[in-house]
Amino acid sequence: MRLYNLSVFQLSELMEKKEISSEELTNAYLERISQVESGTKVFVTLSKGTALAQARDVDQKRARGEELSPLAGIPMAMDDNICTEGIKTTCASKILYNFIPPYDATVAERLKGAGAILMGKCNIDEFGMGSSTENSAFYTTQNPFDAEAAQGYISGGSAAAVSVGEAAFTLGSDTGGFIRQSAASCGVIGLKPSYGHVSRFGLISTASSLDQIGPFTQDMTDLALVLNTICGHDVKDATSASVDVPDFTKSLVNEVKGLRIGLPKEYEAGVEPQVAAKLQEAISKLEELGAICEEVAMPHTEYAAPAHYIISSAEASSNLARFDGVRHGLRVEAEDVLSMFKKTRSQGFGAEVKKRIMLGTHVLSTGNYDAYYVKALKVRSLVKQDFDRAFEKFDCLLTPTNPATAGKTGKNPNDSLAMHLSGVCTLPVNLAGLPALSLPFGMVDGMPVGLQLIARHFKEETLLRVGYTLEQSTNQTRPKPGLFLKYNIHRG
Amino acid sequence: MNRYEAVIGLEVHVELKTDTKLFCGCSTEFGKEPNTQVCPVCLGLPGAVGVLNKKVVELATKAGLALNCAIGTYTWFDRKNYYYPDLPKGFQISQVFRPIAYQGHLDIDVNGATKRVNITRAHIEEDPGKLVHSGGSITTSRYSCVDYNRSGMPLIEIVSEPEMHSGEEAKAYLEKLKAILECIAVSDVKMEQGSLRCDANVSVRPVGTTTLGTKTEIKNMNSFRSVQYAIEYEVERQIDVLEDGGRVIQETRGWDENRGITVSMRNKENPDYRCFIEPELTPIELTEEWIEEVKASIPELPDARRKRLVEEHGLPEYDAGVITSSLALAEFFDATLKEFPDAKSISNWIMGELLRLLNARNMELSEAKITPSGLAALLKLIEKGSISNKMAKEIVEVMFVEGKEPDQIIKEKGMSQISDEGQLAQIIAEVIAKNPKSVADYQAGKKQAIGFLVGQIMKATKGQANPGLVNTMLRDKLTEEA
Repeated sequence: MRLYNLSVFQLSELMEKKEISSEELTNAYLERISQVESGTKVFVTLSKGTALAQARDVDQKRARGEELSPLAGIPMAMDDNICTEGIKTTCASKILYNFIPPYDATVAERLKGAGAILMGKCNIDEFGMGSSTENSAFYTTQNPFDAEAAQGYISGGSAAAVSVGEAAFTLGSDTGGFIRQSAASCGVIGLKPSYGHVSRFGLISTASSLDQIGPFTQDMTDLALVLNTICGHDVKDATSASVDVPDFTKSLVNEVKGLRIGLPKEYEAGVEPQVAAKLQEAISKLEELGAICEEVAMPHTEYAAPAHYIISSAEASSNLARFDGVRHGLRVEAEDVLSMFKKTRSQGFGAEVKKRIMLGTHVLSTGNYDAYYVKALKVRSLVKQDFDRAFEKFDCLLTPTNPATAGKTGKNPNDSLAMHLSGVCTLPVNLAGLPALSLPFGMVDGMPVGLQLIARHFKEETLLRVGYTLEQSTNQTRPKPGLFLKYNIHRG
Repeated sequence: MNRYEAVIGLEVHVELKTDTKLFCGCSTEFGKEPNTQVCPVCLGLPGAVGVLNKKVVELATKAGLALNCAIGTYTWFDRKNYYYPDLPKGFQISQVFRPIAYQGHLDIDVNGATKRVNITRAHIEEDPGKLVHSGGSITTSRYSCVDYNRSGMPLIEIVSEPEMHSGEEAKAYLEKLKAILECIAVSDVKMEQGSLRCDANVSVRPVGTTTLGTKTEIKNMNSFRSVQYAIEYEVERQIDVLEDGGRVIQETRGWDENRGITVSMRNKENPDYRCFIEPELTPIELTEEWIEEVKASIPELPDARRKRLVEEHGLPEYDAGVITSSLALAEFFDATLKEFPDAKSISNWIMGELLRLLNARNMELSEAKITPSGLAALLKLIEKGSISNKMAKEIVEVMFVEGKEPDQIIKEKGMSQISDEGQLAQIIAEVIAKNPKSVADYQAGKKQAIGFLVGQIMKATKGQANPGLVNTMLRDKLTEEA
């Protein structure tokens, strides 16, 4: 039995029955990490010491007969832009290479409270700008399915970690599709919750109005368990919504009969035929199960990517202004304050981040503000209206997650606009603040394909229901990464 | 002279009196050790986001209403982006596009005339931290430290229209603004502690023209009087520049209190703040009902109070103006009036002795120990003739410093006035017996001789004899004996 290959739910049962301890489980994961990490490069920071201490603490609690969360004792990890008290949080940037937050993000605090074991912090693109981790200041995380280690595949530390078994589940952040896109490319489940459903306190903001923390899991049941812990109002975050959080496991219903599923035809424009074929396969299956699938018009879709690019860059240019060398992170000494600011920022930020800061500064400048920023906000409203209209008729929408097979980031990975366009199916969802799920749906040319389900605001339950039904009703099991063949490590 | 007209607009930053900061739970207490009242939010640490302090919205609304402003029912915060070491996030959270209060006014009195100054807006914003320069000033320091205790303190910035035309008007505007804000208890309004700060925009133009001249912004004034002087200096300076054929440069100038001049600080054009809606906070939505509730909580404002003092209590305009210029004075007056109904006599004592003692010691009324009932008791004693005015002045000083009741002071100092006719008759008889010459002079028609005799009586009683009574009794006695 390879423990790292079991789901959160299965592991939780084993611990509940006292067949394994959390310490044993944590050690099993640490061993797994030591086997594959040199190939995957999932972690920026490993927190072995605190992980084992946490695990022993959970074991003691269990021994005392305390009531524990299903996540208690489960090894997990999170992206390195989510603050963790006493554990380095770098945003994969040189400018924060030494930043140790004196506080936990609310999600980290909640998971800690539930007894989940933090194994470490996952690699991302610097400040989340990109979808391949090629913009990380440290190294690129390999897509586990990319046997040739070719560059340019969508990947992320937290998606790869779940895919290869370096963590039972992880948390990432999604500004334009990163959770969903990297989940799709790594063959795992990724969910961007509704804006306001998961606290953003402690998430180092890139684009505050778009960023949302969400989970990566191996299956829909795990997804429900993680959502039960991380969702809910937080008094520390003004954008956190004060809505009731349901028990998401109740939405794990294998039934879609009569459910109305919209198929936005505009999303199919740039989709490769093999991906379109997988989508069609899913549609047929859902119809066979009694769902009603119909095309729906989303006329402003083509403007979503440029609007997203403008808004996210504008907010990022302001959010990243605090990295000036005065209080935390990198400081490059200079003869006066202004030179210190300039040198610190010039040396601390990577090329993609600088490009976005310049773009954001440009679109907010006097004379450009109305032409770019205000116009982008108008587009955002129109994109939202597209969704509002669609949801008058449909319960959820179904699209591919990535338009290309194998989820290539673009022909030229240094072309940030091309990279941005690869998020054509995911970006509009962030503009509208809606919940969306990417679930694995088989393989094309040896690379996983993901399908995206989008629901009404705060209706994650619909996503869970449709996702669970597809999971239970198809033989599209979670794909097995090629990485294991390369390293001669066999899964399962 | 008078070929030019000065045009002045004021930007006043007022720190609101809340227990905690604008977006976090840190204490707002003044004068604590540097960087002891800070948290991830007001330090702008990565990932920390704040939540609006509702008390700030209430106080800002109250201030807006007291300044006759309209209150926005849907407003929001914006970011003002610029780099400075005291600004932890690299942007200031302010209300750029929609201020919570707008289109207000206040009335000032200068040279006996009332003038209305319009208020453009009053908006909520956060204070940055404070630079502490190792060498005293930014230009003479090798390094500077930053104290973030002030970072995130709640401010309202009150912006006037450029409608004032002299330093005196500016000073009157500030005094009225302070009196109003003090009265509604939204701020400590203490310039020396930085809870009220004023920048002045000053320009001049030829009399009779309406286009605004190029303005300079004057900073670093630490009292209302320095605001007045700085403006007066700056107006003269600008006129001189124009008279010499030059042109005024748009710049920020600092007031040098010691030299009594303004000095160029930086002559950059306004930086591009790249303002946009703060995405980490939700809009401020207010209902008309809530605004009405706040309105109902506003006490009698200085102008209304002043009117009442004139119309109901017959005080002269001048007296009423002085007494209502400070909430403490006005409340002291009202409380005294409850126990002693002679308004004018109370006002004389407040404006005379009380203000003299406060000014001499550079104190606030709240720091003095005298109470309204104490003053009322003292005035009653004067009215009864138990003590003279001269004695009362001595007593009031003791009350001011020690806070004792007048009766007690009189007893302790043996100061009571002798009004006992039997006791006085005996002393008068003794003085008459000892001074036959003066008595003869008086009886011979030299009426002024009575002064000497009164003096002798006062001397014999150590000044405690009731002078009115002494005069009457002495005159009667001398007439009787003649």
